[in-house]
Amino acid sequence: MQSGELSAFGTILLFIIGGILFFGVAMLTARLLRPHRPNAEKLSSYECGEEVAGSAWGPFNVRYYIVALVFILFDVELAFLFPWAVVFGDHKLDVASGGLWSWYALAEMFIFVAILALGLSYAWVKGHLDWVRPQTRPSDWQSKVPAQLYDRVNEKYKSSR
Amino acid sequence: MELSVFIVKSIIILAVFGVSLLIATYSTWAERKIAAFLQDRPGPNRAGIFGLLQPIADAGKMFFKEDFIPRQANKWLFIAGPSLAMLTACMTSAVVPFGDTVLVNGAEVTVQGIDINIGILYVFGVVSLGVYGVMIGGWASNNKFSLLGAIRAASQNISYELAMGLSIIAILMMSGSLSLRTIVEQQHGMNWNIFFQPVGFIIFLTCAFAECNRTPFDLPECETELIGGYHTEYSSMKLGFYLFAEYINMFVSSAVIAVLYFGGYNYPGMDWVRESLIGGLGLNWGHNLATLVGTMVFFGKIFFFIFFFMWVRWTLPRFRYDQLMNLGWKGLIPLAILNVVLTGAGLLAGTRLLSWVLILGVVLVATIQAGTARKRTVAAGRLSKV
Repeated sequence: MQSGELSAFGTILLFIIGGILFFGVAMLTARLLRPHRPNAEKLSSYECGEEVAGSAWGPFNVRYYIVALVFILFDVELAFLFPWAVVFGDHKLDVASGGLWSWYALAEMFIFVAILALGLSYAWVKGHLDWVRPQTRPSDWQSKVPAQLYDRVNEKYKSSR
Repeated sequence: MELSVFIVKSIIILAVFGVSLLIATYSTWAERKIAAFLQDRPGPNRAGIFGLLQPIADAGKMFFKEDFIPRQANKWLFIAGPSLAMLTACMTSAVVPFGDTVLVNGAEVTVQGIDINIGILYVFGVVSLGVYGVMIGGWASNNKFSLLGAIRAASQNISYELAMGLSIIAILMMSGSLSLRTIVEQQHGMNWNIFFQPVGFIIFLTCAFAECNRTPFDLPECETELIGGYHTEYSSMKLGFYLFAEYINMFVSSAVIAVLYFGGYNYPGMDWVRESLIGGLGLNWGHNLATLVGTMVFFGKIFFFIFFFMWVRWTLPRFRYDQLMNLGWKGLIPLAILNVVLTGAGLLAGTRLLSWVLILGVVLVATIQAGTARKRTVAAGRLSKV
């Protein structure tokens, strides 16, 4: 790379600066243009019109945490697989090793993925991947309208459909 | 670096930036028009001809609306959320190869923001940063609905990121390069990856929907349960940034799908077009015009996928959260792992088509399941009659 030339990540930096400028200018213009008349009602959190009950920064369902943990495991797997995938089909390495390279790389990856697949199946069997399914309870409410009324209505409009 | 090359390069950078913003702006218009078409109504038609000025009117509204930060919220993070979402969305389009090269004074300039040698990893990394914008904004609002939307978004994005990464790996095994330009150049003519990686494409497409928080995976902003989801407390320009970021992400993922699986700016007969253009107009103009045609083809592909995103939005209902997690963890990830293993075995055996075996297998299993399911319901129906 010659001096004075923009390196690849220098251009990326330009894009970041461009993005910052774009939203900075937009935010600033909006700030200058828009009205600013806050009051207590406007500034309260939205809870469907009710009085705000406490803060939202409390504990939430632990399943999200477990998903994040399992994710870390597989994300590391991905990070290892990316460089592997690039050199897997490398012709030069294949020629240098007399055609053994691809076999070696594939076998190695099989073992690696198999261990991780074992981990996934463990989490699966243990039920860590199961999300609680909403339990729908049928209502015990009895309608006073007799069922044959509905049948009559359905019968009446059957032909028009 | 020559001055003219530098000028062309800066024009390209500005153009990449401008084009992605313009397309995102007009995607909002297209979305409303397509929704209107699918629901048999006219859609926006007051601002300008065909309502074409509607996005500008919307932007004006964003500027003039009052913006307030809730008293309970964390002020700085509340502002940082949409800014981060917008920033990450703007950064991705930098590495998308929009076209071949342009000849300026004998020097070749690539029609691309920048060709970094780890292009696809860069896209992957920046896209996964995008979830921070949603997560930070939702958490900082200090609203129960926002928090639920934010953790849903985080959980969903990380789940689908895995399957997405695994489907990319199958592509990388065939291309042997992380650079998006190299991946495109290998798909010269009609040699598109979709013919060798059908399973990878389906997985990638599904994950792109989930990463963009688009229907049927838009649970973070599921209005029936969570009001506005993570942007419940947002108004004015900050809300605009969140919505805008979503459309930019949609554009970028359409572009990446086109690059990875549909040959980018390659199209059948491109060599013939280039030869005849150079023959008629000379090397400089001919080459540049051929590049322009390729770029237009690429944008055609992008627009098709943006349309596809919208088409799906108005066709499919939303998933339930447990279905979403099941599909991600128990469906797509094992399928993607199988795809990687099969692709590797196929490459070793000297064929790139082994991925089709997986398609056949899935179709077979689905057919068998559909057949037995029908028998079961028929049997159950008979039982209930008795």
